[in-house]
Amino acid sequence: MSDTYTLYNSTVMEHFMNPRNMGDLKDADGVGEVGAAACGDIMKISLKIKDGRIADARFKTFGCGSAIASSSMATELIKGRTIDEAMNFTNQEVVDALGGLPPVKIHCSVLAEEALKAALEDYVKKHPESAGK
Amino acid sequence: MRHVFLDHQSATPVAPEVFEAMRPYYTEYFGNASSLHQHGLRVREALKVARQQTAALINADSEEEIFFTSDGTESANLAIKGVAYANERKGKHLVVSATEHPSIMNSVEFLEKQGWTCTRVPVSPEGLLDLAALKAAITPQTVLVAVHHVNHDIGTIQRMTEVGAICTAAGVPLYVDCEASAGWLPVDVKAFGAALASFSPHRFYGPKGVGVLYRHKRARLVSILHGGVQEGGRRAGTENIPAIVGGGAAAALAQQRLAFRQEHTAALQRRLWDGLKTHVPYIKLNGPEPGPDRISTNLNLSTEFIEGEGQLLLCDLNGIAVASGSSCVSKSLKISHVLGAIGLDHALAQGNIIMTLGEANTVEDMDYTVETFAKIVTKLRGMSPMWDEFERGVIDSVINPTGRGKSFSQHAADISGKAAH
Ligand code: FES
Repeated sequence: MSDTYTLYNSTVMEHFMNPRNMGDLKDADGVGEVGAAACGDIMKISLKIKDGRIADARFKTFGCGSAIASSSMATELIKGRTIDEAMNFTNQEVVDALGGLPPVKIHCSVLAEEALKAALEDYVKKHPESAGK
Repeated sequence: MRHVFLDHQSATPVAPEVFEAMRPYYTEYFGNASSLHQHGLRVREALKVARQQTAALINADSEEEIFFTSDGTESANLAIKGVAYANERKGKHLVVSATEHPSIMNSVEFLEKQGWTCTRVPVSPEGLLDLAALKAAITPQTVLVAVHHVNHDIGTIQRMTEVGAICTAAGVPLYVDCEASAGWLPVDVKAFGAALASFSPHRFYGPKGVGVLYRHKRARLVSILHGGVQEGGRRAGTENIPAIVGGGAAAALAQQRLAFRQEHTAALQRRLWDGLKTHVPYIKLNGPEPGPDRISTNLNLSTEFIEGEGQLLLCDLNGIAVASGSSCVSKSLKISHVLGAIGLDHALAQGNIIMTLGEANTVEDMDYTVETFAKIVTKLRGMSPMWDEFERGVIDSVINPTGRGKSFSQHAADISGKAAH
């Protein structure tokens, strides 16, 4: 048997094995931590905001392989976006960029969306002047 | 890369001698046991031998008490529903332990929707059945008690002779699921006082596609699968002769190798658990310590601050095959009900990994697993917000509380606005 079988597609596996932007940001401008009601997992996203745009993003995830891959992909995708653009970010973008997730694992990408939005809200709360930009 | 198969609870390779015994029944001796000609009569004889071999493994009186099904799930369905329907007029109450296999739990739930009632008897934090509660649960309407010999998840060995004595005294038939024990631990249906018992050869070097149900001649059982009169009318459908022959051969092999299997796996189990507990901080063994209350093949572990699927995937990428009872691994997104029944904290259930040993595992495999697993835990903890929060004193460890911070479950509930299940 020379083939290797994987539970997820190769993009998801790659992000799971070598996650991008893993960690915390020192002096983050916004931090969001959310839990998944479905399975009880936890995701945290930290953002650095500069001139109204996301300059840097980091994640930490307590969750399954697709949750780790989703947070890795989400932090990649949102870098460079304005706060407004990021506020409209949806989990579908993560799913598409990952080349699809199994149906039962879609909620893990929702967790990434929610963590990002929680981090943005945290930023906006601290910087009310930035709202709507 | 080293390949270490640590999921013998789900499957084992078919032993070469078992495979050889099966082979002619695919090609040469292809007859149907219902046929009256030479081809049929020949395989009938093979069926009889397989019945004798499986009866001998569990100390049954006669091969007539053995029925072949397709697997453990079918055996459980037949045992639960077959006895319930057969005794409908006597009563519609069942008693099961809270940690039975899903094939039993879900059969019971099916009957509950049709008017039966069921009492689920609680277990201790180590998974041992509460015998006083069992006794108290039996009523004059009870038609069946189901208690497994060894738990499929956490490896707890139940006190079967005591369970059997309670059922015998109450005059209620006992069904013993031996799926996790047969082939690895002596099973004695007479000593257990079992009216029914089931096991599957694919768990001990036999093929998939055959299950065994023992039924004491006096236990009433009706068929749940209707058709021809195969298996004494208790299980219609053409017999899977090659698999049954293989099941018989695997049972005979198991009898010869039982002592070796127990000794071999017990030594590896000790080495693996000692190694893990030394090299992985904040790890817990679920179920009893290795010894008389735990089957020698099973380790059920909870590693704190990380989730089980990630552990499983990284083990697999390193050649180590394991299972997990984490909610992320299950299709229903629920933790294993066994871990729930022993009262395990949700945070620990999420970090669950199950390793089950077999004959081909070696000491080197155990050392490789310990070393690899320790690296995997470090990697995943590095990614986990929970580990970081634990180190900063925001949340506390369940396994080794430091007295700082709130519980993980509290923290999870706070941020998700919902209690973890
Ligand atoms: S995080 Fe639990 S299923 Fe993905």
